[in-house]
Amino acid sequence: MSKISPGRIALYAAAALVVVVSVFPFLYAVSTSFKSGSALFEPRLWPSAVTLANYASLFTLAEQPFGRHIVNSVVVSVSVVVLSLFLGVTAAYALGRISFKGRGLLLTTVLAVSMFPQVAVLAGMFELIRALGLYNQSLGLVLPYMIFTLPFTVWVLTTFMKQLPKELEEAAIMDGCGPARIIKDVFLPLLWPALVSTGLLAFIAAWNEFLFALTFVLDNSERTVPVSISLISGASKYDIPWGNIMAASVLVTLPLLALVLIFQKKIVSGLTAGAVKG
Amino acid sequence: MNNKTRTAWIFLAPMLLVLALVAVWPLGRTIWFSFTDANINDIDASRFVGLENYFGEYGLFANPNHTDGFWNSDWGLSILNTLKFSLVSVTLETALGLAVALLLNQEFRGRAWVRAAVLVPWAIPTIVSAKMWGWMLHDQFGVVNQWLVDAGLLASKLAWTADPAYALWTVVAVDVWKTTPFMALLILAALQTLPKDCYEAARVDGVHPLRVFWKVTLPLIRPALMVAVIFRLLDALRVFDLIYVLTSNNNSTISMSGFVRREMVDNGYMGYGSAASTALFLIIGLCTVAAIRLGRMKLSED
Repeated sequence: MSKISPGRIALYAAAALVVVVSVFPFLYAVSTSFKSGSALFEPRLWPSAVTLANYASLFTLAEQPFGRHIVNSVVVSVSVVVLSLFLGVTAAYALGRISFKGRGLLLTTVLAVSMFPQVAVLAGMFELIRALGLYNQSLGLVLPYMIFTLPFTVWVLTTFMKQLPKELEEAAIMDGCGPARIIKDVFLPLLWPALVSTGLLAFIAAWNEFLFALTFVLDNSERTVPVSISLISGASKYDIPWGNIMAASVLVTLPLLALVLIFQKKIVSGLTAGAVKG
Repeated sequence: MNNKTRTAWIFLAPMLLVLALVAVWPLGRTIWFSFTDANINDIDASRFVGLENYFGEYGLFANPNHTDGFWNSDWGLSILNTLKFSLVSVTLETALGLAVALLLNQEFRGRAWVRAAVLVPWAIPTIVSAKMWGWMLHDQFGVVNQWLVDAGLLASKLAWTADPAYALWTVVAVDVWKTTPFMALLILAALQTLPKDCYEAARVDGVHPLRVFWKVTLPLIRPALMVAVIFRLLDALRVFDLIYVLTSNNNSTISMSGFVRREMVDNGYMGYGSAASTALFLIIGLCTVAAIRLGRMKLSED
């Protein structure tokens, strides 16, 4: 019989505390989303009566077409992922596999873009979006979103591409393959773990973006979900429909939560490849 | 130009074109707007006004109408708010992130579950966490006020997100909750690359664990820690959405990004707003250089 040491107890207590603090707020939001009427204002975790009214009303209100907003967000985020992965892979091939003058400077420039604040381009981007006729269209958001997804995608994919063995490429060149074939047939199958992690991070970033979405899209049916949630309001300032807000929040968060938990390892490796490089 | 170099540029071209279109060009135009009196409703009618938006009568700096002093003007206040928010939240996130990372680096049953739970706040969109905490911190019906009053820690319920005395610190707390996981995961990744044998040696020699932490662990993970801190700092300095949603964008908590957006979009003063955003850009640039110098870190390609 081994005695449990006080250190072990402290360890488990700390672990339990971390779990509760991390998870409780979301559980409380889920619980609120199933409450209605006066039950909303009783601060307890288990709802006394479960109702789906909050969810139902999200999709029936004409002035807040939440279903439409979800579709907008999905279309925008998927387009962002596809475009940034395509541009990222081609650029990473050049930066990771070919040595040429100015490569280091280019990589540093790309990294510098990822550091600057979105708000620094707001005025110029506003003008550009209007000039291109993309103002008030959710799909137009794909363009400004490239600012934060592209540098990161290029950086991570380049790092990954560099680590692949040289022989792969040489064999393909011997067989007379051009660079486009090499990327498609040799590198792409090997790159998929990096593609999954950068793609997921780009998806999450696009799904969550707020500042550009709030500024460049005013039309109610073109909004994306973060703006939609921030604008859910009641009849007056003192009549905020918390049940609806929490229902919308849960719907928007669940797919992300599922993705993050399923691809835990991939996401963490993507984050660390992007950040821990010094 | 040889064949290889040409291929490299061909494959780089699409990415560089897009980056030039979405980053370089708009940044240049914004800096240009900062020297004009552009209004968002009629951009074409703008005139060049030189440094008027910066140092003129109604400019950001040296404005004679700021009778209470620069730091009490909305712009000065937004700078102070942003700096306070960034320094305090990044410090707390680093300390707590380190603690959580050390915890997750221990072997214990259920560790995988704890690590999954830690990811939850990070996976929740910022707007959602702002709304969620806004509800939990509600002045009348919030669960946090209820607990604190029930436990006898508070005599009466507080308006956490509205009262200027607490609002900014409430924002810091929510940001710490949301972003500590990011720090913890980055630090954990660094901890897991450390060589096991030097801990073995320290244990055999009977060195106190705290001493091992200060003398071995911390110096070894310092480079990774510095990168994580700088990334977080840059992120914190451009804070917008959390503050905008959690405190309804009121004046006492407005951040620099919030100020820029308010002037540019809500008030339509595109030139003035651009001047503020250019100033913000410079301030963030300076902070980055300072942080890199301070951390004696070099950004190299390999």
